[in-house]
Amino acid sequence: MEDRQYKMVHCYVNGKERAAMVDVRSSLTDMLRNEFGLTSVKKGCEVGECGACAVIIDGDCYDSCIYLAVWAEGKHITTLEGLEGPNGELSDIQQAFVDETAIQCGFCSPGFMLEAHHVLKPGVIYTDDELRKKLSGHLCRCTGYENIMRAVKKTMYQRAGMEMPVEEDRIPLSVPIEDGKVVL
Amino acid sequence: MYDIKALYEAYSVEEAVRLLAAHPEAQIIAGGSDVLVQVREGRRAGKELVSIFMIDELRGVTMEEDGTIRIGSLSSFHTITYSPIIQEHLSVLGEAVDMVGGPQIRAIGTIGGNTCNGVTSADSASTLMALDAVMEVIGPEGKRLVPIADWYKGPKKVNLGPAELQTAILIRKESYEGYKGHYIKYGMRNAMEIATTGCSVNVKLSADKKTVEDVRIGYGVAAPVPIRARTAEANAKGKPADAETAAAIGRDVLLDVTPRNSWRASKDMRLHLCSTMAQRAFTEAVRKSGGEI
Repeated sequence: MEDRQYKMVHCYVNGKERAAMVDVRSSLTDMLRNEFGLTSVKKGCEVGECGACAVIIDGDCYDSCIYLAVWAEGKHITTLEGLEGPNGELSDIQQAFVDETAIQCGFCSPGFMLEAHHVLKPGVIYTDDELRKKLSGHLCRCTGYENIMRAVKKTMYQRAGMEMPVEEDRIPLSVPIEDGKVVL
Repeated sequence: MYDIKALYEAYSVEEAVRLLAAHPEAQIIAGGSDVLVQVREGRRAGKELVSIFMIDELRGVTMEEDGTIRIGSLSSFHTITYSPIIQEHLSVLGEAVDMVGGPQIRAIGTIGGNTCNGVTSADSASTLMALDAVMEVIGPEGKRLVPIADWYKGPKKVNLGPAELQTAILIRKESYEGYKGHYIKYGMRNAMEIATTGCSVNVKLSADKKTVEDVRIGYGVAAPVPIRARTAEANAKGKPADAETAAAIGRDVLLDVTPRNSWRASKDMRLHLCSTMAQRAFTEAVRKSGGEI
């Protein structure tokens, strides 16, 4: 393309006013990564299926890979970097992902954590089915989702100021064995 | 970086019409969840785009003075599902569009895009057919209204002339007042899935809830474009709201539908789905209307 088209985009990223001159062919993922260095926004499928590039724009969660950078004009955008404390302290949802080993390769984690942060309103308790539907726009090829669900549920109960109910069917990490047989 | 030849941005409907007239080869881009994916696939690579995304006047659900519900074409699926007007009067539409793709797709995908792509599997299409929706179109000649029965001209072809764009979807009061509807989507997965077949049924019962005063049955993926099952509808009108009528609808819809074999499902499976889904959706719509079935 000989006549490249550029445009100045002004927006608010993680609470700070930002501006960048972008090629109009850029996706929002491109702008956040290349112009602002926000590498928690992952380039996964780039067709809006995997959720690795998810960001919060004006209060709803979007896949930034199928969002033109020029559409960000005037918008308030939150990436995972925006959840950290001023000295890099982890937010509740990030700590829960660490504690519950909800991460293996880590590629889906920023999207999942940001979506969970967006979905979990203080004091609101969802059923497992509701949570699965709300998280269904994110693919994880490592964990099998169980630990992710557990981390999200843990944060949901924390934010509601409640104890997380004991999961009766959870397989214990150390299995008691008697006479060479597993006792459950 | 997307392979886009040029991007023209419209901030008003008039500007969009002007840009479309000036660039007749350009493709309209609304939310982008179809167009940008097709650019990435190469199917629409290297083309000019007219972005209507920033035209905020095309967003939102409102009720007009005569009771017509007006859904701006850029309203996202989330906007529709969470709209109090939709929840009160058109809950079936809110439920249907809550089955599109995944949450992030429902945040960006628009009802205008879902109907202008002319795809038979669109989750909103069968319900809009069953609601006798009317499309508002604006172009160089001004505004015109197109009943949804005249909207679909063939696979991926809709009733839009040069430099025209759809600006709203209207549901008239007589189309929804007294009706209750139910939509069923059949897919292989619960999320991020395109419907194998979709069926939406609207029912209006008599005051004593025993007779079917009116029934409208819309389908996606039962024909090359979204359709109504007119034979089944005509036969069911005036019949008792019972299981026998539901079974008759299940048989009669087979006179209306013409599904095909595709990699998603065989024709025989789709015929079975068309029959079973119509019965179930009718039964559920009767229940929602207060009938006993």
